[in-house]
Amino acid sequence: MALRKKLLGLCLIAVMLLAAMFSVSCSEGAGDAVVLNVYNWGEYISDGSEGSLDVNAEFEEYCKSKGLNVKVNYTTFDSNESMYNKLKSGAVSYDVIFPSDYMIARMVKEDMLLPLNFDNIPNIVNVEESFKNLYYDPDQTYSVPYFVGYVGIIYNTQYVDEEDAKGWDLLWNEKYKGKILQFNNSRDAFGTALFKEGNSVNNTDETKWRSALELLKTQKKLVQGYVMDEIFNKMKNESAYIAAYYAGDFLAMYEENDNLAFYYPEEGTNVFGDAMCIPTCCKNKELAEMYINFMLEEEIGAANSEMTYYATPNKLVNQNAEYIEYMSSIHEDAMYILSPEFDEGYVTEYYHNFDEDMLKLINDLWEELKIESTSDVPVYITCVVIAAAIAVFFTVRAITQYKRRKYY
Amino acid sequence: MKTLSRAFMILVFGILYIPMMVLVLFSFNSSKSTGNFTGFSFKWYAELFRDSATFIALRNTLILAACSAILATIIGTLAAVGIYKMKNKYLKASINTVTNIPMMNPDIVTGISMMLLFVFVGGMLGLEDKLSFWTMLIAHTTFNLPYVILSVMPKLRQMDVHLPEAAMDLGCTPLQAFFKVELHTILPGIITGMMMAFTLSLDDFVISFFTSGSDFQTLPLLIYSMTKKEVTPDMYALSTIMMTAILILMLLTNIRSDKKKQVK
Amino acid sequence: MNKNINVPPEAAKKKIRKPIFSEIAAVPHTVWSVLFIVLPLIFVCYYAFTDSEGALTFDNILALSSHAHTFLTSICYAFIATVICLVVGYPLAFSISQASAKRQGMLIMLLMIPMWMNLLIRTYSLMAILDDGGLLNGLLKAWGLGELNIIGTSGAVIFGMVYDFLPYMVLPIYSVMTKQDRKLIEAAYDLGCPRLSAHLKVTLPLSVPGIVSGITMVFVPSISTFYISQKLGGGTRELIGDTIERQFQNRATYNVGAAISLVMMILILISVAIMNKFSDEDSEGGIIV
Repeated sequence: MALRKKLLGLCLIAVMLLAAMFSVSCSEGAGDAVVLNVYNWGEYISDGSEGSLDVNAEFEEYCKSKGLNVKVNYTTFDSNESMYNKLKSGAVSYDVIFPSDYMIARMVKEDMLLPLNFDNIPNIVNVEESFKNLYYDPDQTYSVPYFVGYVGIIYNTQYVDEEDAKGWDLLWNEKYKGKILQFNNSRDAFGTALFKEGNSVNNTDETKWRSALELLKTQKKLVQGYVMDEIFNKMKNESAYIAAYYAGDFLAMYEENDNLAFYYPEEGTNVFGDAMCIPTCCKNKELAEMYINFMLEEEIGAANSEMTYYATPNKLVNQNAEYIEYMSSIHEDAMYILSPEFDEGYVTEYYHNFDEDMLKLINDLWEELKIESTSDVPVYITCVVIAAAIAVFFTVRAITQYKRRKYY
Repeated sequence: MKTLSRAFMILVFGILYIPMMVLVLFSFNSSKSTGNFTGFSFKWYAELFRDSATFIALRNTLILAACSAILATIIGTLAAVGIYKMKNKYLKASINTVTNIPMMNPDIVTGISMMLLFVFVGGMLGLEDKLSFWTMLIAHTTFNLPYVILSVMPKLRQMDVHLPEAAMDLGCTPLQAFFKVELHTILPGIITGMMMAFTLSLDDFVISFFTSGSDFQTLPLLIYSMTKKEVTPDMYALSTIMMTAILILMLLTNIRSDKKKQVK
Repeated sequence: MNKNINVPPEAAKKKIRKPIFSEIAAVPHTVWSVLFIVLPLIFVCYYAFTDSEGALTFDNILALSSHAHTFLTSICYAFIATVICLVVGYPLAFSISQASAKRQGMLIMLLMIPMWMNLLIRTYSLMAILDDGGLLNGLLKAWGLGELNIIGTSGAVIFGMVYDFLPYMVLPIYSVMTKQDRKLIEAAYDLGCPRLSAHLKVTLPLSVPGIVSGITMVFVPSISTFYISQKLGGGTRELIGDTIERQFQNRATYNVGAAISLVMMILILISVAIMNKFSDEDSEGGIIV
């Protein structure tokens, strides 16, 4: 009975809690504010943490000053693919999204983006020319660059010899077996191998991809793991010594472990760009364009860049003394690392959008690498032993029971 | 025997709680790292309370978990009773099998297939926002159901079949017999089932991702989206606060019931 | 007095009505299952038997032979994790059920609280301890005991599975052990049965339904788990859940993913059926003993 009372009490509390919560949520949604649905990467905006600027709140203020009552509904995703899947399903509506380069190319191809009206985005002049009219949007109609960055190699100077740190070879150096990290996604992992062999990451020649696979297979014996966000902790606490990752993220790691160093491999590297776009499901295009324009303001752009440590394509921010000083306080070469001036002839490549056959090929090759057997012999042996023990137990039981029944 | 079982319990709970202690430790870390401890600070707690988005997400998560757990418990308990008493062997087996499907499918399969269904149905009904709180509630209830049924079922099997019959012989209606006798006997199973349902729903990310609309973000969605960069220690601070709150609540109720006993 | 006289006919009437209640009890669930389990499953089947253009094909299923090794590995991992969960969980459930009623609730809560912390945060905490440069190795180094390489081994993956699924083994076993008739085991003592053998002959057989539920709840989801193996296995221990998850990230490979998950479902169904066969014999046998 006591148990029952307790359960009843629990349910009552739960119901009361729910009622309270619902009432809160209702009162919050009240008012006739226009809702702007923004779908961005996680932690990819200055959100007011650690004394920074709360960009979304600023935007709401800015709208208020113009006599508009706007509520920014800001939600986040963790990968281009999951964002794409969700938008493609047609189940949700967002006003502003932040896809990466190759994803923009795909979405343009599939008519998922709306052309922008640049009369509403005058701040586009703030964007550096070198990041305009890129391959994914040659006429600059669908996107406005948000962040850009290069992939480089991060290594721990305590354990890695300076003379080894030159090209992509470092990721294949047997001296550091078990301390090397590789990307856990096909495009980036194959990218390292393709660059190492001097091939384009966008080539569609199957033999070149196959030889990249062979390289990755030899590397599999050397790597500690295929990882993504674990890189931060693994490099910071020196679980691993070598990893390829984004320049901006290196700065975040360096901030806590100054044994780390960074270089751009001599064979060339990958450059990425994340941009702001308006999907076809947008409900308030003008407001969305206003938001995009707002993101290009110097002060806002600087706040975002100081938050994410990623390089910005915004001219004004890159010349902003306060921003430069802030970044240099993290790492003296920060500005060079973020916006390097490469020598003539140095290869930097964006990932292009492949057609379906090519995507399938890459997927198959990646599967081949991933399912290549690692020795799990102890696991199998344990399994067999346990299964045998269970089988013996049940047979013995069955026999004794059978005998017992016979006696009765 | 008693000391042995106590030592065993301490060992198991020790292993369970060591990572929890690490979690608490890193919530006080002075740097952003969740991998090495650099110094003591309260700054992540300050961060946590500054950011209202986290609390909205927490509230959403709790609402969803509680609703789906209660719904799954009601449907699941009834289902367990019904399945248990079912006479048609094949029907029984097929319902059992279907019930287990959400449990054996990887989350992403359940998530995407449900999203496709909701979009399909929503399109037929001409809904504008096809995904919302309600689709999430449906999805969560669906994957909670097998756990509730699986924990109520053994209690039913264990129950003396003559109990409800005896109650009815004594003048109970079948409904009364169910509520007064059966329900009481299987209550531990229902409670554990509900707890598991609540826990699963609290922790689910993949299914939530595919079935959530743009206006309802839960805590796991928020935390997982941080993996583009790093999960910040304010999430650890939130977990620490939640854990401490539950532990204190538990201690208080225990002390209260102790006092009651003494008064008696 | 009047009431008493009325009892027999009323009870007789209600006896006829009784099956109606228990029959409709399962209806909401059945409807729910058809709507939200079977219908989405049709989408999965559709993808499994079509190619990316929507034409009927069996290639997806036939191409699965390359994943045979991954299937085997996943089943082995799940099997070992389940056995460990049972070996740890059963005595734990028993110990909890022997505690005072008030304590029991507290212990069960204590068991569940770690699971209320987010999976990702929980896994990260485990990694902070077990990683090469983590806290455990820090301690070992400080004591001059050398280094341990844990993350990326099969042991780490299994440990992670046990850590995350243990409560789902303990709870159902605990729920059948609590409120078990104490008199039964006392009777066994009275009849001169030693403690351990009384436990094996009375408590254990009575707990079999709970054990079966527990095994199902650990084994079935642990086959398709992916996050734990990805993080604690360092991404080099491929389980079938990882494979499926990856296929579903890309629209071009939905079909392959659907085919793999369909085959996996069938495999799991077979293993659950085998287990149920054992347990059915067992529970009947248990009652006889």
